[in-house]
Amino acid sequence: MTDAKMVLMANQIASFFATQPGGDQAAGVAAHLKDFWEPRMLNQLKTYLGQGGEGLHALVIEAGQTL
Amino acid sequence: MKDFIIPWENGTGIQDDIDRGTPAKMGKPVTLTIDGMEITVPEGTSVMRAASELGIQVPKLCATDSLEAFGSCRLCAVEIEGRRGTPASCTTPVHAGMKVHTQTDKLRRIRKGVMELYISDHPLDCLTCSANGDCELQDMAGAVGLRDVRYEAPKNAPLANHFEARNTSGEANPEWLSKDDSNPYFSYDPSKCIVCNRCVRACEEVQGTFALTIEGRGFDSRVAVGAENFLASDCVSCGACVQACPTATLQEKSVIEMGTPDRSVVTTCAYCGVGCSFKAEMQGDQLVRMVPYKHGKANRGHSCVKGRFAYGYATHKDRILSPMVRESVDQPWREVSWNEALSFAAKKLVGLQQKYGQKSIGVITSSRCTNEETYLVQKLTRAVFGNNNTDTCARVCHSPTGYGLGQTFGTSAGTQDFDSVEKSDVVVVIGANPTDGHPVFASRLRKRLREGAKLIVIDPRRIDLLETPHLNESHHLPLKPGTNVAVVSALGHVIVTEGLYDETFIAERCDVDAWEDYKAFISDERHSPEATEALTGVPAAKLREAARAYAQGGNGAIYYGLGVTEHSQGSTTVMAIANLAMMTGNIGREGVGVNPLRGQNNVQGSCDMGSFPHELPGYRHVKQPEVRKIFEDTWGVELDAEPGLRIPNMLDAAVDGTFKGLYCQGEDILQSDPDTKHVAAGLAAMECVIVHDLFLNETANYAHVFLPGSSFLEKEGTFTNAERRINRVRKVMAPKNGYEDWEVTQLLANAVLKETVGKPWSYAHPAEIMAEIAATTPSFAGVDYTVLEEKGSVQWPCNEDHPDGTPLMHVDGFVRGKGRFIVTEYIATDEKSGPRFPLLLTTGRILSQYNVGAQTRRTENSVWHDQDVLEIHPHDAENRGLRDGDWVRLASRSGETSLRVKITDRVSPGVVYTTFHHPDTQANVITTDYSDWATNCPEYKVTAVQVSPSNGPSEWQERYNAQAEQSRRIEAAE
Repeated sequence: MTDAKMVLMANQIASFFATQPGGDQAAGVAAHLKDFWEPRMLNQLKTYLGQGGEGLHALVIEAGQTL
Repeated sequence: MKDFIIPWENGTGIQDDIDRGTPAKMGKPVTLTIDGMEITVPEGTSVMRAASELGIQVPKLCATDSLEAFGSCRLCAVEIEGRRGTPASCTTPVHAGMKVHTQTDKLRRIRKGVMELYISDHPLDCLTCSANGDCELQDMAGAVGLRDVRYEAPKNAPLANHFEARNTSGEANPEWLSKDDSNPYFSYDPSKCIVCNRCVRACEEVQGTFALTIEGRGFDSRVAVGAENFLASDCVSCGACVQACPTATLQEKSVIEMGTPDRSVVTTCAYCGVGCSFKAEMQGDQLVRMVPYKHGKANRGHSCVKGRFAYGYATHKDRILSPMVRESVDQPWREVSWNEALSFAAKKLVGLQQKYGQKSIGVITSSRCTNEETYLVQKLTRAVFGNNNTDTCARVCHSPTGYGLGQTFGTSAGTQDFDSVEKSDVVVVIGANPTDGHPVFASRLRKRLREGAKLIVIDPRRIDLLETPHLNESHHLPLKPGTNVAVVSALGHVIVTEGLYDETFIAERCDVDAWEDYKAFISDERHSPEATEALTGVPAAKLREAARAYAQGGNGAIYYGLGVTEHSQGSTTVMAIANLAMMTGNIGREGVGVNPLRGQNNVQGSCDMGSFPHELPGYRHVKQPEVRKIFEDTWGVELDAEPGLRIPNMLDAAVDGTFKGLYCQGEDILQSDPDTKHVAAGLAAMECVIVHDLFLNETANYAHVFLPGSSFLEKEGTFTNAERRINRVRKVMAPKNGYEDWEVTQLLANAVLKETVGKPWSYAHPAEIMAEIAATTPSFAGVDYTVLEEKGSVQWPCNEDHPDGTPLMHVDGFVRGKGRFIVTEYIATDEKSGPRFPLLLTTGRILSQYNVGAQTRRTENSVWHDQDVLEIHPHDAENRGLRDGDWVRLASRSGETSLRVKITDRVSPGVVYTTFHHPDTQANVITTDYSDWATNCPEYKVTAVQVSPSNGPSEWQERYNAQAEQSRRIEAAE
């Protein structure tokens, strides 16, 4: 998948959890990614995060620490 | 039509099938005596039905138990002690202590007189009549002992009749009307009509279309369709009139051609998620007709044009019956033996895994296949391929239902049975078009609407449900595509801020902390109808009225479809809907609930069976070791603990070069999935695509192996419909391709296992597969073929706690414990209209066609819909200089196609609509790769487009058709 598409999909997830009450939004993002993203998708995201993660929602970047 | 009385015939599924004359009633017991025998029946039951329960069939013509009593033929007259006259037993309700006589000299004389009059205006051509042996008029003439007809024409003054085309002098009979053969499936022969009114009442009471009427009076009375003929009328060809007709007046053309059937087997329709039960009526292994089964609990004896008539695809000449292979997709197909095809496929798959890794191949199951088949396909990838790359076409329809209802209620399922709608007072229909997509449910809903229930429709289009005859209060909220969350949340805002919520229910049944969070969120002014009106296009006052109607109108039921799920916020809308039901206490009893209308026959089942890449059967995540252990112990292999690829991810990975092989059963992703060019690129990048289908579908253009499939008439299994009802599919003829589909999957698995030296599968019957499902999946623990034979069907959960199944979910508590309110903030889709693409396209389906049309396009249903057309508002058409029927170019950022326009105000200005039934149009070349945030369900329902005049098919369409033709070549046998 293109990085642009991956960023869009990850940001969509973050946009949902950003609206949720409580202080564990990043944990919600991380759990969702782990539950539904296949390893090669997660690896692509981790690689992209390693390169700076341009355009990613702050919650995805935070979630990336625990992936 | 005549009954086939085969009580509990082993293996046919048929229970007592007697026509008892009038419908069953609910009421306190009443005891009476009929012909000296005592019987107790519910209050409100007719004398005719009570007699039938005793085994006494009172002669009748205008009565049938699918319709309310009418009392016109007078054949069912009885005598009741202490009462004067001879009342009609169909219209006379039972009373305690009543003493009825059904056979007396007086009654015999009356009945003979009535029959004599009927027969005097009926042709006596019984031997050559298409209803010979299946005609109630014939039966009744026999039952009353009619031996002659005294009414003869006087000399030189012909007796008026309706059945002779010409008199003996050769003059045309003005009373005679010719046959109407305009409908492709049934014939209307007015010369055989006895004007019993059953067809007219069936169209009104059962179907709810009101296409038929009786015009004229007395001798001039005729059944009329209000148009030139049936085809040109409002008739939707549901078959209810044909079913009700006691003579050959309305008769299936298949019966006219083939004769009457000699055996009958109950099975389940293979079209939409209503899952209607039918009797497949047979002569040997030839299907004569499909007749709706009155004990079918989903359809209660009703049908639609697809299930009733559109089965011709099963024997269509396009079916491929031999396996075929080819090395590359530019080559023609080569017919080979099963062994060669399976070995070819297995070697390719194993080779790909060796070269590209264990996760480089996967499977797609289909919601058109049985539970047993989908279970085996997901088992193939998990247990044989050793990965979780399994997905189902439910990905592209109801995956957000799985996520949304799972999060709020605890499980992915509709909460009600279809009978529940009979108790609803307010029905909310969101993003669904039941009269076209789920017609038999729509008829049941329309019946309730005629009885006074209120209707709220949330849809960009003015759907046909809003045109229901005798509709009472109705609300239409014509929202802009993509604003579902804003509208449903605004309904929640009104209910909360106006204090219309059910505090007791929330306190007892829901997570109170989550409710408090939600209440604070939804009360904010930004969710008010006034604040969202500009965004959604729904007038605030109308929305407030609808919210009040739902919250205060009694039993409120929500039914929704793909107009909810197929959005970038599909899952959020499902959660918003669940919030509405919880806050109003509309969960856990009859008449209420949240009900996803499933698109295909086994969407529910394919999801239940573990077709999704993150879940094992029964919606249990693959990450849970205790769940994996159940299957590891059963299958004898170690299972992957990480989720696999979903369909869109498979295609992305294919383009990236890491996903190389696919086994696709019963699914046509090239036509049905969004962004056709991307799907084609993904398929083209794979090295082994195995298509298992009835036809060389569009996906097969990119396939290397074709494994012929069997139709639903050729296999054993089960389908699970939208109300979680597990219904039997029964084999009525041998598979034309040689194998049932579950056998083909097993053969493929064993071919792979031969290569990898694994232990082969050895299922001998789908009952054994169901036994494995029951043993591994708690909600199916009590399901087996014997139970299904005995009970007809069961709704899961069916286990020790619920041995008879579960018609209503969440009765005493939610599956997850406490119902969970979830904050549902509206987030606009990235797909926005603008100067280049100023209109929003939304897509859907039409009554006569089904999904990608692979089945229905190969039937006579195409007389109603032979091409996809684009609906456009008159204002938008005028701006573009378009006239009705013009060719237009429809373009989005993904692609373009051409089709004809239909100018209509059913769509709002700024919105256009089309269907995706025809590969010539390929509507999905237009749709984009945007998808639901949680599940990747594609956003079919919102695409920014431009419409402009065109001269005909686009270059892309012509190129596509040429490529498809090239790809479908089959090498001539040597």
